[in-house]
Amino acid sequence: MIIGLDVGGTHTDVVLLGDSGLVRQVKVPTDAANLFRTVLAGLESVTTSLSAPELHRIVLSTTLTTNAIAQEKLPPVGMIVSSGPGLDPESHRTNAHYFAVSGSIDHRGREVASVSEGEVRQVAAGLKADGIRTVGIVGKFSIRNPRHELQIQAMLKDQFEKVFMGHQVSGSLNFARRVATTYLNAAVYPIHRSFFDAVQKSLAQKGLGVPLLILKADGGTMNLGASIEFPGQTILSGPAASVMGAVAFAPDDADAMVMDIGGTTTDIAIIRNRIPQLHPIGARLGGYRTLIRSLETRSIGIGGDSVVTVTHGGLQIGPQRQGPAMAFGGPRPTPTDALFIMGEMSGGDQRASARGMAAVAQDLGLSIEDAARRVFDEACRRILAEARELTDRVNNRPVYTVQDLQRGDKLDPALILILGGPAPYFARRLETLSGKRVKLVPRWQVANAIGAALARTTCEVVVFADTHRGMVMAPEENFTGTVDQRFTSRDAVETAFGLLKTKAFQIGAQEDDLEMEVLENLQFNMVRGFRTTGKNLRVKVQVKPGLIRTYEKMTAHPPSTSTAQERTDRVT
Amino acid sequence: MLKAKHKTGLVFFPAFDWAISPTHPEREERLLYTQDQVLEEGLFDIDGILEIKPDLVTVKDIQRVHFCVPDVWSVSTESHFISAGGAKTIGSAVLDKTVARGFALVRPPGHHAMRVVHGARGFCNINIEAVMIEYLRRAYGVDRVAIVDTDCHHGDGTQDIYWHDPDTLFISIHQDGRTLYPGSGFPHEQGGPNAMGTTVNIPLPPYTSAEGFLYALEKVVMPILTEFQPELVINSAGQDNHYSDPITHMNFSAQGYAELTRLLQPDIAVLEGGYAIEGALPYVNVGIILAMAGIDFKAVKEPDYDPQRIRQHPQVTRQVAAVCEAVRDLWDRRETNRLRAQNTETVVHRDRHIFYDTDMMHESQKETVRVCAQCAGALRIDSSSSRGKRVLAVHIPRKACAACREMASQWYAAAAKDQFDHIFLQDRTGDLYEERR
Repeated sequence: MIIGLDVGGTHTDVVLLGDSGLVRQVKVPTDAANLFRTVLAGLESVTTSLSAPELHRIVLSTTLTTNAIAQEKLPPVGMIVSSGPGLDPESHRTNAHYFAVSGSIDHRGREVASVSEGEVRQVAAGLKADGIRTVGIVGKFSIRNPRHELQIQAMLKDQFEKVFMGHQVSGSLNFARRVATTYLNAAVYPIHRSFFDAVQKSLAQKGLGVPLLILKADGGTMNLGASIEFPGQTILSGPAASVMGAVAFAPDDADAMVMDIGGTTTDIAIIRNRIPQLHPIGARLGGYRTLIRSLETRSIGIGGDSVVTVTHGGLQIGPQRQGPAMAFGGPRPTPTDALFIMGEMSGGDQRASARGMAAVAQDLGLSIEDAARRVFDEACRRILAEARELTDRVNNRPVYTVQDLQRGDKLDPALILILGGPAPYFARRLETLSGKRVKLVPRWQVANAIGAALARTTCEVVVFADTHRGMVMAPEENFTGTVDQRFTSRDAVETAFGLLKTKAFQIGAQEDDLEMEVLENLQFNMVRGFRTTGKNLRVKVQVKPGLIRTYEKMTAHPPSTSTAQERTDRVT
Repeated sequence: MLKAKHKTGLVFFPAFDWAISPTHPEREERLLYTQDQVLEEGLFDIDGILEIKPDLVTVKDIQRVHFCVPDVWSVSTESHFISAGGAKTIGSAVLDKTVARGFALVRPPGHHAMRVVHGARGFCNINIEAVMIEYLRRAYGVDRVAIVDTDCHHGDGTQDIYWHDPDTLFISIHQDGRTLYPGSGFPHEQGGPNAMGTTVNIPLPPYTSAEGFLYALEKVVMPILTEFQPELVINSAGQDNHYSDPITHMNFSAQGYAELTRLLQPDIAVLEGGYAIEGALPYVNVGIILAMAGIDFKAVKEPDYDPQRIRQHPQVTRQVAAVCEAVRDLWDRRETNRLRAQNTETVVHRDRHIFYDTDMMHESQKETVRVCAQCAGALRIDSSSSRGKRVLAVHIPRKACAACREMASQWYAAAAKDQFDHIFLQDRTGDLYEERR
């Protein structure tokens, strides 16, 4: 059996899955001030009278690192960056203990200026004196030649508890993002480590010492060990859990949109042929643009509990949430209250909803009923507009070959999969307004936790070869080799797949779930003085985000997939 | 966080799957290291720098500028449609005010493509700046435009297209034509009788450094721009004046290019040549992008940059000063010169011989323009190529007067069909292009 747990802003969803499907599902309130207690309470709620041998693994998606970053509650770390010419490294500053040192590597990985040992030692001494225990080292073009980062690491000796190096956090170009990514990994490391040490210890005490997997922003999992090495990858796993919860119900030959409608926000993503679409560069969180592999998602501050106000005659929904809807004792009118007034929802205090909506109605010059319809429509329209912006953004993304531009591969989702607490009440209106088919994901209330539980282990490998310089490398994987002029793009792909397999197993993948694919495969003849002198090859491969095979059968024939129309019939 | 002072749009289209031939300078690899550098510097992430996907141009966009023989598709590829499309996309973004400035980092280039196109010359088939400008004129009603061509080679194609147009100021700064392809671009080339003075050529001696380029910019280009008062300034941003370029002999640097861009403040820049793909382009392009966006570029340097080694020789400095003085003098006397040129005849002829180095063919042209004080003048080109095609190309300018329209229509109607393989009319007053069958 597998446990999937997804910490949300309001609730934490937990599921226990067995061979034949969902065994238990529980919602516990999230205590943002004590996530450890929330997670344990969630786990306990599904594990009572369960013995360890029955349980195979536990997959956790928490908001621990995301919140720490968003709320800027990060411990001090040291950053040592070596940029060489170009933009002033000061413009990439991430924190107070941020030091630019000499050293320069060019775009082909050749050393232009060396690192100064004296300079690094001086910086290290300062960090040490300030009580810094975690350090990040980042060099420009370090993914083409990590030597300077390694040299600086060697100069630091064993003075620090943990050192993160830029060339290990991603295989992609972008110095500024490499700096931010390395910084975030270093900064969340102590928080992440102590949290999961505690979780693991508690589970062991309860006799549940099973493998722990952590959900990443790309909708894949990694084992606890890998997460300690790269804790930055655990950010933004919440939206990823929802998308993975919907994947099984997306068509395998068309595009679909996923909307997770929560209390505070709605997260939107795109699935193509049952594969969630990745952001081309990396996650963005707070003010940080990173190289952290992430699904392409868009979040809008509109949910069932969003505060409704009227300012200067204009209707405003969200982005704040100030507790539940008035129907459930909350202080301000919300779209959920609108649903109560419209008679779509029951089981709460409808009169409280009407009371709250009265002021809104007056400001809009409408009856309470009409105001409720306006509010609900506006919420739906805003969500759909955001979804359109996401599709436009993906479709207008630049391409760099004539072939790609001609192919003009456009996303065109005709289906919207919705999940989250208020999802059923939104289905019919979203369908009417969008003109698309809207499908409610089975077990919409906990589909996110199911998604976390069933997500497979994913990773990515970037290989770079320069036959003119006679080398092939994947610094992120600590791999370098020599090649001659006969090295081809097929060899590069083979090398990449080999590295990918090793990496995937290391971080927790099962043989069965290694669905690998080539994301990028570019080959350039290098010509110097009208003579071909070598080839420049760039290959990027991944284990596709998706669900583990073992549990495919339990989602293959969903018991209660329903269209908007069917659902409404059932509810009303 | 970095923030651009001027919101800047970038179309980046390296055409990673297109080459003139496998070892040609204009090949897949050309912008590879530039892309590496731009990505690694994270320029697309800077607040106020926007990457925009290029649209393709249409056949009609190209026919607004060129007479393609026998037709557009025979002398161009998809890649040209995208390259010109990149320029058009950037131009539209600037005029839509989506961005304040824009840079089309596209290939293949275009500034050697003339009005009549039989094939490729100087790696160019379609004049991407002209296609953009004429589109912007049509779609946005732009009138006065200045093009400053800073490619090391004389922009003879752009010069040809705007030779008779008094509303387009074309300034080319380049290595002296006596020492480099295409061998033209001397100060006395100032435009046809109806546009005398609006073509300005500044040939610089080999081994001119940043000092000389910036001198020409300050002493000649900027004052002329101030007088001309264009609505748009376009920079044909060739990067082959770089000290490491393999096919030219200048001593310009990334710092120099960035400083030139800062002073020129073009609304739109379009990449032209530049073939030091590893040692120059990555740094020059980063410098230009930062300068356009108004971000400090002082630390952008080539790995082998040594200002002492490329310091300008005093002899070169004296030559640069002399050329600049001569060009200024011609500019100041342009009105007198125009009146003199217009005073003599009703039509002016020009016989030309054009060499297509990339496609290895020749073209002979007999050009006739109606002398006109009201408009750019009706234009008739009788063109034959060494591949045996003879065409008649008749052009009615954008703001043609009634007399010029009448004359052009007569030329078109009266052409003897048995003498030409094709007879074309480009009527810019109605935005029409047709062939007489």
